[in-house]
Amino acid sequence: MIREKFDVVIVGAGPAGSTAALALAKAGLKVAIFERGEQPGGKNMFGGVLYHADALIELIPDFWEQAPIERYVTRHDLIFLTDSASFSVSYKDDEFGHLPYNGVTLLRSKFDPWYASQAETAGAFLIPETLVDDFIWDGDRITGVSTQRTDGAVYADVVIAADGANSLLARKAGLRKEFTKSSFAVAAKELLSLPADVIEARFGLAGGEGVAQSFIGEATRGMEGGAFIYTNKSSLSLGVVVRLNSLQNRKISIAEVLDKFKNHPHVKPAIADATLKEYSGHLIPEEGFNMVPRLYDNGLLVVGDAAGFLVSTGLTLQGMNYAIASGFAAAQAVLVARQKGDYSSKGLACYQDLLKNSYVLKDLKAFKHAPGFLANPRIYELYPSLVCGVSGRIFQVTGHPKKKFLSLIRAEMKGKISLLRLIKDIIQAGRALIWP
Amino acid sequence: MAVEEKLTTTRFNVDIKPHIRINTEMCESCQEQACLYICPAQNYILSDNKITFSWQGCLECGACRISCTKGAIDWSYPRGGFGVFLRYG
Repeated sequence: MIREKFDVVIVGAGPAGSTAALALAKAGLKVAIFERGEQPGGKNMFGGVLYHADALIELIPDFWEQAPIERYVTRHDLIFLTDSASFSVSYKDDEFGHLPYNGVTLLRSKFDPWYASQAETAGAFLIPETLVDDFIWDGDRITGVSTQRTDGAVYADVVIAADGANSLLARKAGLRKEFTKSSFAVAAKELLSLPADVIEARFGLAGGEGVAQSFIGEATRGMEGGAFIYTNKSSLSLGVVVRLNSLQNRKISIAEVLDKFKNHPHVKPAIADATLKEYSGHLIPEEGFNMVPRLYDNGLLVVGDAAGFLVSTGLTLQGMNYAIASGFAAAQAVLVARQKGDYSSKGLACYQDLLKNSYVLKDLKAFKHAPGFLANPRIYELYPSLVCGVSGRIFQVTGHPKKKFLSLIRAEMKGKISLLRLIKDIIQAGRALIWP
Repeated sequence: MAVEEKLTTTRFNVDIKPHIRINTEMCESCQEQACLYICPAQNYILSDNKITFSWQGCLECGACRISCTKGAIDWSYPRGGFGVFLRYG
């Protein structure tokens, strides 16, 4: 039997894996990339928005002209919901509609195969329909992977685990502990089809423009998480994201949360007459910096969701850009290790330094208190109704003498939250999101 | 719309061999029963005080694997090429 040997084996043809494959194939290395789905993207879904990532332009200079994007996002809406009221903060910037785009919506079934094909064109071997179930070890060194195919052992100088949020491989390599349910949220999503002109009219968009909407409060029945609507060309990505422990504590099913959100009076008109095209679910690592595993070992690097590279601030949810940046950093680290002929932990340690000096670990570190802040139940249970309640008192005309706003705020807070508690929460928010 | 009906829009290439196995004896003493709430496909159902499970409509998110503190779930991905295949994502 011929011993199949590559320079690099990559597990998972998502954005992190394909970035590493593309960069390494371009550098002339013999790269194999395994995908367990029928084709790349077949197992993947996201909200979502792909935010700007330098590596994309570096690898594919005409990325924006070539990539199958849906809409460029020029508006971000944050919407606090109660049963019957909503309070929105909206930011629109026409500059976001100019190249390079700040963020774009896309469909993973189109984007992921296209992106993986870029790596293939550069010379990487894409091997779909193949599940990698373990590593091959030589002592304490990883020397390849085993797959379920006949003669399924494939050897390499270095393996890159890009196997997604569950990353069974990072666990098998002993780089992280078993997960707990407080670290993860689950998403349930519907892909709803609507004509492009209807989407543009309902959401107030010009042709090509898109909006990213996040909903907090009643959107998740007051549970820790949020709901989202993203506009694609002629479809909407609509879904809910809730922490696993919140669902368990409240004994509400994620599918039920989604249905209730869709039927909210402020959501229903936006999706009227839309046709369900696909229902899907996904896991989201939510603990940011606090759940990043050890990122390398002898012959191994971990990238993307597998490394927990995701930043949630409550305003935006970014993951794909970090996946791409970490895949790129992993490729650079492999090239450095190759020059030294050292694929041990020591030889690959520069991966961590590259990430520390890039926005990947800088962002995760800067927002390391965000998960703690976002675990505050009042964000979901109390503040949406407080904000809506105060707004209601401001806008409502009753025929009685009107009080100044501070009195209205005090009246709304009474019996719900103390001033001290409110100040403490504001300080926590400041520590997590505002001051350096 | 019921989840069952929603799942008819999702494409599956179902393997005859289940990729997830449940030790339902362990479920009987489970107080949490998180699986009933966290599964987007609602593949875990409580009937006559017993948890029943089907793997055919599994969306492969892994939420049950993390949520089950009893260790009753033997979880793996379906074989290569099998399972859910998202046409939109």
